[in-house]
Amino acid sequence: MTQPLKISLTRRYCFSASHRLHSPQFSDAENQRLYGKCANVHGHGHNYVLEVTLSGPVDPATGMVANLGDLDPFVEREVVEAFDHKYLNKEIPEFQKAVPTTENLCCEVYRRLKEFPKARVERIRIEETSKNSVELAGEPVGAE
Amino acid sequence: MIRVTRKIEFSAAHYYHNPDFSPEENRRVFGKCSNPHGHGHNYTLEVTVAGEPDPATGMVLDLKELKEILQREIVDRMDHRHLNYEVPELAGKIPTCENIAAVIWNLLEPKITQGKLDRVRLYESADLYADCTAALNGSGPHATGGRR
Repeated sequence: MTQPLKISLTRRYCFSASHRLHSPQFSDAENQRLYGKCANVHGHGHNYVLEVTLSGPVDPATGMVANLGDLDPFVEREVVEAFDHKYLNKEIPEFQKAVPTTENLCCEVYRRLKEFPKARVERIRIEETSKNSVELAGEPVGAE
Repeated sequence: MIRVTRKIEFSAAHYYHNPDFSPEENRRVFGKCSNPHGHGHNYTLEVTVAGEPDPATGMVLDLKELKEILQREIVDRMDHRHLNYEVPELAGKIPTCENIAAVIWNLLEPKITQGKLDRVRLYESADLYADCTAALNGSGPHATGGRR
């Protein structure tokens, strides 16, 4: 008997961007204490690695959860071109309000990618460096 | 519960082609992967087994035994082969990362008797992998086996 299986597909992308961690809710001294060198007024940058995980039925005609020919241009347009070689705090409207931590970056990337029409976005994972990563689980199946 | 993961590598050729599609459709849907001469990858396979460590050995399973199973079931079957022509389990399926991961699951699952197969992760390259797991409660997205 064949057991029902679940298949997901994960694709990795890279972009480089600068940011500064600073919250207007705190004083300069508190920002310094909370964010340390990440609060440096001139900003600093990272080579971000983005993993996008898709799930859904494998189309018998193509053997695929989603065609990378559809996913790659979508992610390039919505995220990579929008964020690569940008100063996140100034050039991404959402980060004029929210602090561009990797947590908030995950939320923003998910907001931009969740409408991918061909498969469910199951997970977003972003590595800020090879030592730090943040994961966001997409909305469960059937969620509105 | 403890999860133990073992990694192996194999190299194989494949191409994507659906005989129900016209040559133009095959090129449009599969892009450069439809080149009929084939192309290849160094695949990396991560196999995760879950279970409780045996108090007598401290092991979920004997990794030497797992290594032998992976050698016999996967490497001997797929390494330096053309996946479209030489792996009967993939006959009639397009040898995508998704379909190969599901075939590997079905080959390994009955052979793992200590612990339980938890996840098959197959990297086609550093930037692309497919995960195969058991579907929870029989719900959620299913691998159909991809038989055309």
